[in-house]
Amino acid sequence: MYHNSTRKTASVVALAMAGLLLSGLVAGTAMARTDITIGMQLEPPNLDPTGGAAAAIDEVVYANIFEGLTRFGPDGSVNPSLAASWTVSDDGLAYTFTLQSGVTFHDGSAFDANDVKFSLDRARGEDSTNAQKALFTGITDVTVEDDTTVIVTLAEPNGNLPFNLAWGDAVIVAEESIADAGTAPVGTGPFQFSRWVQGDRIEIVKYDDYWGTEAKLDKAVFKFISEPTAAFAAMLAGDVDAFPVFPAPENLPIFDANPQFQVVIGSTEGETILSTNNKQPPFDNVKVRQALAHAIDRSAIIDGAMFGYGTPIGTHFAPHNPAYVDLTGNSEYDPEKAKALLAEAGFADGFETTLKLPPPSYARRGGEIIAAQLREVGIKTEISNLEWAQWLEQVFRGKDYGLTIVSHTEPMDIGIYARPDYYFQYDNEALQALMTDLTGQTDEAERMETLKQAQTIISEDYVNGYLFQLAKTGVAAAGIVGLWENSPTQANDLTAVYWQ
Amino acid sequence: MLRYILKRALSLVLSLVVASILIFVTIEIVPGDPASYMLGLNAQPDTIENLRRELGLDKTPVARYLSWVGGLVQGDFGTSYTYRTPVADMVADRLMVSLPLALYALLLSTAIAFPVGVLAATRRGSVADWSVMGTTQLGIAIPNFWFALLLVLVFAINLRWFSAGGFPGWEAGFFAGLKALTLPAVALALPQASILSRVMRSSLLDTLDEDYIRTARAKGLSRRQALWRHALRNAMIPVLTILGLQFSFLLAGAIIIENVFFLPGLGRLVFQAITQRDLIVVESVVMLLVFAVVLITFLVDVAYALVDPRLRQQA
Repeated sequence: MYHNSTRKTASVVALAMAGLLLSGLVAGTAMARTDITIGMQLEPPNLDPTGGAAAAIDEVVYANIFEGLTRFGPDGSVNPSLAASWTVSDDGLAYTFTLQSGVTFHDGSAFDANDVKFSLDRARGEDSTNAQKALFTGITDVTVEDDTTVIVTLAEPNGNLPFNLAWGDAVIVAEESIADAGTAPVGTGPFQFSRWVQGDRIEIVKYDDYWGTEAKLDKAVFKFISEPTAAFAAMLAGDVDAFPVFPAPENLPIFDANPQFQVVIGSTEGETILSTNNKQPPFDNVKVRQALAHAIDRSAIIDGAMFGYGTPIGTHFAPHNPAYVDLTGNSEYDPEKAKALLAEAGFADGFETTLKLPPPSYARRGGEIIAAQLREVGIKTEISNLEWAQWLEQVFRGKDYGLTIVSHTEPMDIGIYARPDYYFQYDNEALQALMTDLTGQTDEAERMETLKQAQTIISEDYVNGYLFQLAKTGVAAAGIVGLWENSPTQANDLTAVYWQ
Repeated sequence: MLRYILKRALSLVLSLVVASILIFVTIEIVPGDPASYMLGLNAQPDTIENLRRELGLDKTPVARYLSWVGGLVQGDFGTSYTYRTPVADMVADRLMVSLPLALYALLLSTAIAFPVGVLAATRRGSVADWSVMGTTQLGIAIPNFWFALLLVLVFAINLRWFSAGGFPGWEAGFFAGLKALTLPAVALALPQASILSRVMRSSLLDTLDEDYIRTARAKGLSRRQALWRHALRNAMIPVLTILGLQFSFLLAGAIIIENVFFLPGLGRLVFQAITQRDLIVVESVVMLLVFAVVLITFLVDVAYALVDPRLRQQA
C-alpha cells in the first residue's frame, strides 16, 4: 500500500509533451535478450518477506527468490509450489503436505520438511515479527512425518489455509540463513540473489540447480526510480525495460501510441475506499453514511484522479473475483437523495468533518475531488495531507479522523470488517458470525455464498464509501512476454518472462 | 593565528552539541512509529511490540539519546531500523556518490565562474559584460530540476549519449562513474556558476575602485598587472564565502537532482529514511551533514585568515 505520491505534475506533463515529439526518434533494439531491467518506484527496506509489510520486498523476492508451500498464479489462483500436493483430513483439522523432492536452497543445502516446520513455527511463534501473523492463527502444530511429508494441525477447520500459505509472508526459509535474509536472502526459487547496490538496484541471477521449470532469463535487475518524471525518462531512454507499476499514468497514452512499447493494464487487489469512522458522530448514523455514498460521483474520481484507470466498486471486494457481487447500484450518484437523507438524519444544513489523506496520488487527487463533491451536499471537509507514518499513528491506530482515502491492497481482506477495533470501528455481530462461518467452510460453493452475503451486508450498511478497484498500469518494451498483467499479490514474478 | 583557530574550533564543537540535541528532539517529536510503519496495516499489536523491543524503541528517549551520542563519539552511527545494516556503511556508500558529485559540480562551477567573472569585471559595460549579466541572470532563475529534465531530454532520450540516470558504481570504472555523474553535475553547476560569477564580478569591481589600485596604477603597473597582483586577492573573501556555502549546499541539497537522476546519494537516503521513519538514519545523516557544514565553515574561516593577514592579527 505504500505508493509514492505523484509530485511535480506540471513537469511530468511538459516532459511528456516533448517526449511525444521525440518518441518517434527513439531507436529500439529487440534482440532475443536474456536479461531484463525492471523499474520500481520504491526500494525494499530489506529482502526478508517474513519480517516486514513493504510491498517492495515481495516485488523483488516473491516467486523469484523465495517460494512457499503454495503460490499465487497470475490469475490469483492458488497453485502447488514446494508442496507438490496436499490432502485434508475428514474433520478438516489436519492438512498433510507432500513436498517436492530434490529441492535445494541457493547455498546448496537441501530443503526438507524440517525447513517447513521451522518457517511456520517461526512465523506464528511468540517472538514473531511477521507482518501478517494473522495468516497463521489457528495452526496448533506442525509435525514432520518424514523428509517430504508435513502435517499442519488446526484448532478448527480453515478452508483458507492453502491460500494463506501462498502469501509472501509465508515463504519457506532455512534456519541457517534466515539471520542474513534482510541483505542476502537465500531461498529455493529459480533466481538467486546476486548483489544489492543500496539506493540504486538489486541484481538476481538464474539458479542453475532449480528443482522446477528453469527460468528463461539469465539475469534480472530491479532499478529504483521514485520520481515519476525520471521513471518516464528512464523508460524512453531505454535504461529500464519494464515498469510494471508505472507511477505516471498520465503518460501512458504516449507509450500506447509508440510501437516500441506495450502498455499493460490489469487489476489489483486494491479496493480504494473512502474509509469512514463509524463510531464518530455523525457517521454512527447509517443515514449519514448513505448520504455520503450518494454524494460521491465515482466516475469523476476515476477520470480526475486516476486518468480513467480503475473499476467502480460498490463493496469491499475485487471485481475479478468469481464471488464478486456488483453492488454499485446501492450507492448511485444522486446529490438530491444525499441532501434528503442528510435532512432526515437532522443535518439539513450539513456538517463539518476531517478528511485525512495519505501520500498516494489516488488519495491526494481523489481527496480534492471528493471534498468538492461533498461540499455540493453541504458537507464541509477540512483536508490534511499526512505522511504514511503520521497516517498510521493518527488515523489507523489513533482513530482520530472522520474520513480518509486508502487502497486496501491485501488480497481477500473482507475479514477486516469483522474486527470492531479496526480503524473503521465497524461493529456488526451478524457480519462477524458470517466471517467465523467462512473460516470453517471448505466447500467452494458454500464459501462463495457466504462471501456474497458479507459483501451485501457491508454495502447496505454503507460502512465506507466504496470508490474503485485500483488498476495496475504498467509499461514494458514491446518484446517482453510473460509479465503478470494483473496483480493478485504484489509481485514481479519473472519465472516465465522472456524476450521475443 | 593559533588562538584564532582555537576559538573557531571551540565554536565548532559547541555547534555540534547544540545541533545533536536539536536534531534528536525534533525527530522524536514528529509523530510516527518506525515499527508500525514497517509492519503495515494487518500487523497484530503483539508483533509490533516484538519489533519495537528488537529495535530498542521501548527504551526512554533520554537513554536513546545518550546511547546515540555515545556511539557517535566513538564513530558508531548505529544500525538502520529498516535496512538492518550499520548506518556508517550505508552513509559511506552514499558518500561515494554524493561527494564526487558535489566536487565535480563545484569544479565545473568555479571553472566557469572565475574566467567569466574576471572577463565581465575587466570589460565593465561592454557587450561581453552585458551578455554575461544576462546569461547568469537566466542561470539563477532556472530551477535546477527543470534544467536537469531538459538535459535528460536532449542528451539521454534524444541523442542517447548518456543514461537518463542511475549510477553503475565506481567498480564499473572511473570513467563510467564520471559519465553517470556528468549530467547531474552540469545541472547542479549551472545555477552555482551563475551566482559565483556575479559575485566574482561585483567583488572585483569593488576592489578595482579602491585607492590602492589607483596607487598601483600610478606606480606604473598596467591594468592587467594591478588586477592580478592586487585586486584579485582582495576580491577573494566574498568569493570564498559563497564557495563554502555552495559546497555545503551541493553536498546536502542535491536531493532533487538525485531524485531526477535516480542517483544513490545521501540526499535520497535521508528522504527515504524520513518517509520510513528510520529515525536513526535521519539523525545520523543530518548530524553528519551538520558536521560537514560546520567543518567547511571552519575551513573557510581559516582560509580567510590565510588570505587576509588582518584577521590573523585581530584574533
